[in-house]
Amino acid sequence: MIRARAMAVALLVSLIGAGSAIAGDGSGAGRTPRPNPPKAQGEACVRDTDVMRRNHMTLLMHQRDDTVHRGVRTKNPGTKDLSLSGCIGCHAAPGADGRPVSYADPGHFCRACHSYAAVSIDCFECHASRPAPAKTASGSDGTMPDLARDMAKDLSAYLDQGRDQTREDGR
Amino acid sequence: MSDARDSRSDLAADRRALLRGAGGLLAVLLAPGVTLYALGGTEAAARAPGEAVSPKVRWGLLIDVNACPAECDACVAACRTENGWADTGHSATDPHWIRKVSVRDPASGAAREVPVMCQHCASAPCVDVCPTGASFRRADGIVLVDRHICIGCRYCIMACPYKARTLVHEPVHDQTADAPRGKGTVEGCTLCAPRIDAGRLPACVEACAAKGAAMLFGDLNDPNSAIAKAVAARAPARIRADLRLDPGVGYRGL
Repeated sequence: MIRARAMAVALLVSLIGAGSAIAGDGSGAGRTPRPNPPKAQGEACVRDTDVMRRNHMTLLMHQRDDTVHRGVRTKNPGTKDLSLSGCIGCHAAPGADGRPVSYADPGHFCRACHSYAAVSIDCFECHASRPAPAKTASGSDGTMPDLARDMAKDLSAYLDQGRDQTREDGR
Repeated sequence: MSDARDSRSDLAADRRALLRGAGGLLAVLLAPGVTLYALGGTEAAARAPGEAVSPKVRWGLLIDVNACPAECDACVAACRTENGWADTGHSATDPHWIRKVSVRDPASGAAREVPVMCQHCASAPCVDVCPTGASFRRADGIVLVDRHICIGCRYCIMACPYKARTLVHEPVHDQTADAPRGKGTVEGCTLCAPRIDAGRLPACVEACAAKGAAMLFGDLNDPNSAIAKAVAARAPARIRADLRLDPGVGYRGL
């Protein structure tokens, strides 16, 4: 009986020892492969890292309905606002050519974990997986100064044309 | 940095105030029959970023067909650039969010090229037939496809009398940030909802203003808006008015 108990204790001790040994060399590059997502720009994410790791899909799902159906589009950097293009903007990982890589590249931020966890996502079937390269000539960032500038330009063009004569004739 | 931004926004505020003044003046000078898009432009900015769309607003378009030259396709080109759609090389399935349709009156011989896009009907057949609820009408009257739940059955394409929707047949890459589109889902004119939400004009209207100024965009429910005044002054024609779908898009000179 005593012998049996001593053996059990010995077994337990050896197990704990083995466990701690594994834990000890598991820091950083150990036996267990770890995903290595590229570092994001910006100071802080819209939520804590723990929350984002576990719940980013829920947040995105909620936001998509708010945006598509209710027209709520908030993407102010540095705030708690959610937006997929906000995620893509901060988490863009530059590739060899300096342009951010798309989801097709294993170095993409989302891809790094999703390949690791073997979870396929459909987001990038429709959404752009990297920020747009540059603003086009007519494109602007949606702020009022741009609208005002465009309007001023169009107004002067309109007035220069002196179209009102022909337009009246057309009716 | 913050100083620079402040001075810029001050400048913008000045410019806005100036424009508002100029707009009022122009309304006085050019009032009868002149559809000047700039007068209706600033109203889109009224909503705060976090606020949901309101049924008090109904966005609409008024298109003056007589001011739309046959050879001009500025609206179509602007829509392509803004929303990132292009010909695929298969003409039967090419996307067309907006297209120019040639019409001719056999009696008079008068021919026009009419820009036709989703008419954003109040009683939209595409919404009625959608089996998943993906085709829906936003509170402010914009008819959209929620491509998260669209199964690509194309029932809405068949139901639409305006041929306004298309299915994406081929994989799409590098979409624009505000216009996600992907294979197997239906798409059509969104009236540039992301731009409207940001207080800007639809891309076609902006492009048209620089060319023919044939398009007027604004809130049909606001009696003070330029579009509501223009509609009240003279009832616009509707394509397939016999269907009584109450489209948000009206035409003049059709």
